[in-house]
Amino acid sequence: MGATSAPGWRKNPLATRRRASDLLATGFGYLASALLVIALCSILWTLLSQGVAGLSLAAIIRPMGPPGSHGGLANAIVGSIIQTIMSLVIGAPVGLACGIYLAEYGGTSRFAGTVRFVSDVLLSAPSILVGLFVYLVLVAPFGHFSGLAGAVSLAILAVPIIVRTTEDMLRLVPTAMREAGAALGAEKWKVILMICMRSAGPGVLTGILLALARVSGETAPLLFTSLGNQNWSFSLDKPMASLPIAIYQYAGASYEDWVALAWTGALFITFGVLAINIVVRFGFGRQKS
Amino acid sequence: MGTDSAHTVKSYEQELTRLRALMTRMGGIVESQVAQAIAAVTEQDEQAAQAAPAQDAQVDALEREVETLSIRLLALRGPMASDLREIVAALKITGDLERIGDYASSIARRSRKFDLIDGNISLSGLSAMGRLVQDNLRRAIDAISQQDADRALEVWNSDREVDEYYTAMFRALVTYMMEDPRKITTCTHLLFIAKNLERIGDHATNIAERVYYAVTGATLPALRPRGGAALSDPDEVQLP
Amino acid sequence: MSVIANTSGTIAAAPAPFPAAVALEVRNLDFYYGTHKALNDISLDYLSRRVTAMIGPSGCGKSTLLRIFNRMYDLYPGQRAEGSVLFDGVDILDRALDLNMLRSRIGMVFQKPTPFPMSVYDNIAFGVRLHERLSRAEMDARVEDVLTRVALWKEVRDRLRAPATGLSGGQQQRLCIARTIATKPEVVLLDEPTSALDPISTARIEELLDELKRDFTIVIVTHNMQQAARCADRVAFFYLGNLIEVDTADQIFTNPREKQTQDYITGRFG
Repeated sequence: MGATSAPGWRKNPLATRRRASDLLATGFGYLASALLVIALCSILWTLLSQGVAGLSLAAIIRPMGPPGSHGGLANAIVGSIIQTIMSLVIGAPVGLACGIYLAEYGGTSRFAGTVRFVSDVLLSAPSILVGLFVYLVLVAPFGHFSGLAGAVSLAILAVPIIVRTTEDMLRLVPTAMREAGAALGAEKWKVILMICMRSAGPGVLTGILLALARVSGETAPLLFTSLGNQNWSFSLDKPMASLPIAIYQYAGASYEDWVALAWTGALFITFGVLAINIVVRFGFGRQKS
Repeated sequence: MGTDSAHTVKSYEQELTRLRALMTRMGGIVESQVAQAIAAVTEQDEQAAQAAPAQDAQVDALEREVETLSIRLLALRGPMASDLREIVAALKITGDLERIGDYASSIARRSRKFDLIDGNISLSGLSAMGRLVQDNLRRAIDAISQQDADRALEVWNSDREVDEYYTAMFRALVTYMMEDPRKITTCTHLLFIAKNLERIGDHATNIAERVYYAVTGATLPALRPRGGAALSDPDEVQLP
Repeated sequence: MSVIANTSGTIAAAPAPFPAAVALEVRNLDFYYGTHKALNDISLDYLSRRVTAMIGPSGCGKSTLLRIFNRMYDLYPGQRAEGSVLFDGVDILDRALDLNMLRSRIGMVFQKPTPFPMSVYDNIAFGVRLHERLSRAEMDARVEDVLTRVALWKEVRDRLRAPATGLSGGQQQRLCIARTIATKPEVVLLDEPTSALDPISTARIEELLDELKRDFTIVIVTHNMQQAARCADRVAFFYLGNLIEVDTADQIFTNPREKQTQDYITGRFG
């Protein structure tokens, strides 16, 4: 073969080494990805296999009840939905406004730096601390637990996530886009809301969904705030049931039907979040193309 | 406005240098052709008479080479300002040089067609005119290779003298012919030779104009100083 | 020599049939990025309905100068201009000036196409709505008019509601020009408008400039000297924050007066 006889095609020891390290790194990447997928599949499989047993129409339409009463999770599902949505209603505007401030107005000022730091600290704060804080502010003074307090504690957890993603996404919008808006004679707020936010939209929405996913599974802050409720409660002023609390109560119980319901509840949360993600991703995918 | 600094792109600089070298070489050959032609006439130098036409092919080849290189530079380098002017000037100067070479060959060939011995015709005017044309040509070619606008201007201004010589020669030769019809053949040949020398002078002036433009970016006036007192064109000389 | 003196410059283009009005009058302009002085005592007139190209090596201040004309530098703290730039009788450096109005009268097109994340139609309507209240029919007419002027109408009339980001790079840039002229400015500033485009799109934009100069004063910054030679009536050469020379394009590219200009345009800069 001519290829091997020409000196230019002779094997370079450096290239051989490079190829080896490339192979090694790629292999490691595949391995890590595989581990992650295996872990995820294992969780989903456990959830499915354990949760399907308790899955029944009753689980969805009947409220919680004493052991053996064929109770369901309906009030917890509804409570979770109410509190999560309320937390986003409270948290999203705050988070968006704060993220916009940090990206567009604050810049490198000292105040913006402080806000950014506090938000990042909050992002990694233990959720039980948030629960305790809301307990002191919204529960203890009023003398009773409430759904609102639950929603607020969840909102506090959602805000830093929304702040971070909003700021990051806005920073990805090219400066030229802002200049182009300004060059047409648009005021700054118009440029931000009508151009930058539109451009950052999908990313920002992903951040909100991320926050939604995060807070919908939170148990700890709810223990001190909305407490949980065995019965139907739609009032934000009263203790309110939620799936995580129901799971927390039922999973540790010694009644078989409660444990089964706990698994079913976990199944609901997981697939609920998954469903929302898929629906929104799919929706965006279509809108963009 | 000359530029002493070199191009950032070295191959461009090299191509321009090559263009200048080709021009200088072509100029040198044409200059020697003219010298040979004049020697062939005034000194009846047989060898010179043969040498001048022999270089035509070389001049033609150089002209083609300059043209090819210039077009290549225009197409590939997108020359601007002084470079642009220099290349365009080279394209036109090469044509002038080629014409000068042709005239020189024509003079050299003609020199073998008549005999001066029995003519009793003075060639001193033709010699002087030849020296002047040769001198102008040499300065024009120096102006090319040195990109010297002042020297170009000297050439441009001294074309008037060439014209004056031509006018004087014309009158003298016509007078010879009227005095003695036997001299008509020789004098006609000499008249053509004078005319060719005058044309060589014109082309030298053209070259000077183009060099002046290439170097300064300004054009010389369309009407150049003419010889022959009130006459605007040496061809309109009135017969005695 | 006297014969020659009064003929110098005969190779310059014949002067315009009537003297052009001055659209922008720059006088003794200095510009600072913080403490760094980026422009040095610039005085220059931009003729109305002419294309003026600004050329020079990177960092020579040409883009900086362009961004002064619509006060783009106001977006960034620490940048300031001193001197004056007269436009329609007003010094546009005046702090009290209504910037949004200024920018509706002096539009700008950027290096990279910047279509907004909205439909083709809305990209144009966005700017118009900022300054005018038009009926639906009037807006439709305006959109069609400007898209026709930038020779984009035939290509996009069936996709006016499609996202502008789906257009090709050249189409996007023409859309940006359409968007800019839709607010009916008097001056259009272009900051290297074709540096991200292929030669055919570039040629289309250059052809467009020829059309647009009938109605607009055009100032274009370009790194491409051939482009300046092709499109500009007048060319200004900048170097190290100084205006070295301004003249007709013919004069600059065949016989510049200054050695620095000569060295730059012939490719002799070290």
